[in-house]
Amino acid sequence: MIANYGYKDGSGEYYISIDTDKCIDCTAGRACLTACPKNMFEIITDDYDDEVAWVKKECTRALAYDCAACKPAGGYTSLPCTTACTPGAIKHSW
Amino acid sequence: MNAEVATAPVAEAAPEKKEFWRWQENVWFDETKKDWREAKIITCGIDVGSVSSQAVLVCDGELYGYNSMRTGNNSPDSAKNALQGIMDKIGMKLEDINYVVGTGYGRVNVPFAHKAITEIACHARGANYMGGNKVRTILDMGGQDCKAIHCDEKGKVTNFLMNDKCAAGTGRGMEVISDLMQIPIAELGPRSFDVDVEPEAVSSICVVFAKSEALGLLKAGYTKNKVIAAYCQAMAERVVSLLERIGVEEGFFITGGIAKNPGVVKRIERILGIKAVDTKIDSQIAGALGAALFGYTLMQKQAKAA
Ligand code: SF4
Ligand code: SF4
Repeated sequence: MIANYGYKDGSGEYYISIDTDKCIDCTAGRACLTACPKNMFEIITDDYDDEVAWVKKECTRALAYDCAACKPAGGYTSLPCTTACTPGAIKHSW
Repeated sequence: MNAEVATAPVAEAAPEKKEFWRWQENVWFDETKKDWREAKIITCGIDVGSVSSQAVLVCDGELYGYNSMRTGNNSPDSAKNALQGIMDKIGMKLEDINYVVGTGYGRVNVPFAHKAITEIACHARGANYMGGNKVRTILDMGGQDCKAIHCDEKGKVTNFLMNDKCAAGTGRGMEVISDLMQIPIAELGPRSFDVDVEPEAVSSICVVFAKSEALGLLKAGYTKNKVIAAYCQAMAERVVSLLERIGVEEGFFITGGIAKNPGVVKRIERILGIKAVDTKIDSQIAGALGAALFGYTLMQKQAKAA
């Protein structure tokens, strides 16, 4: 399942999508949990009883601000979350 | 009775404030089905949303009855009242129900629920029942959020996106416009087509700004119908942009209260160039129906394992 967390507003689209099928047998040791400096990810049991990552509810409405420090202008050449998630489950829309 | 008292002038009652936004609450059960007492498995889905709450009863995997009402002050009472409404109608008691699944934003506060499942999974499952296994794209236009969902032929979610950041494109947004125009909510859709020329959508996607924009249009000479048309168009454009993010596949189905508003639905269909799958079942119960169907599957699994 592709789960999209985030929003669209007047300034753009800010979604983090997680391919939860890749989380089921995560080969990265749930690295997303520790990689994100804002602690945005969490492992939950989804509606189909699979243990997958999601973006915490309280984080989904302010992604543009919270992720700003990680984006290239903030000094990163790649994002900590997408780099740590070697199965490639995490994608950003902006 | 003292005649003088009986004819004494009484203070004039304050004129009752009309609630144009108030939508039709509904208790229904299928009288053509065999009596629920003959069912082997009775499951219930309770959807406590921010604006409305529904209780749906499913007997042996088939929709039997439901109650749809406005959400009250708290989730537990809303859940109880919704269920009580349908149980009273058919003479059922809580102990007659084998399994209860809670869904919606208040799903974890349904005191008698055995399990809570997100509204995303429940809407997909409900839409699969209501529209059949050809349904692949679901747009749920709820009270205060909007969801775009893809599912497989079994109603299992494959992709979803939710917008709960603002009320634009939601039932609450439509209620605001209904009150502002002083037109009953059920009339908004049909009246939105009673215009000489289809107006441009209101430019704002925020319900608060749309309100002031609507007032501005009235002052500029727009008829109420034209303002409603402009608002319906804006809502349609707004949710279509949400849908486009995950893509729209054939077998398009709309759930939630706004699915009953042809002013928005027909405009969405026009923009997308596809027609939504029809159903005779109330679109507002999709989440609770899906929850009850999840309950039925879980009961069947338990029975097989025993
Ligand atoms: S997001 Fe990536 S790192 Fe996190 S659990 Fe899923 S697959 Fe593993
Ligand atoms: S970009 Fe940075 S803050 Fe945003 S989710 Fe990834 S690691 Fe966390």
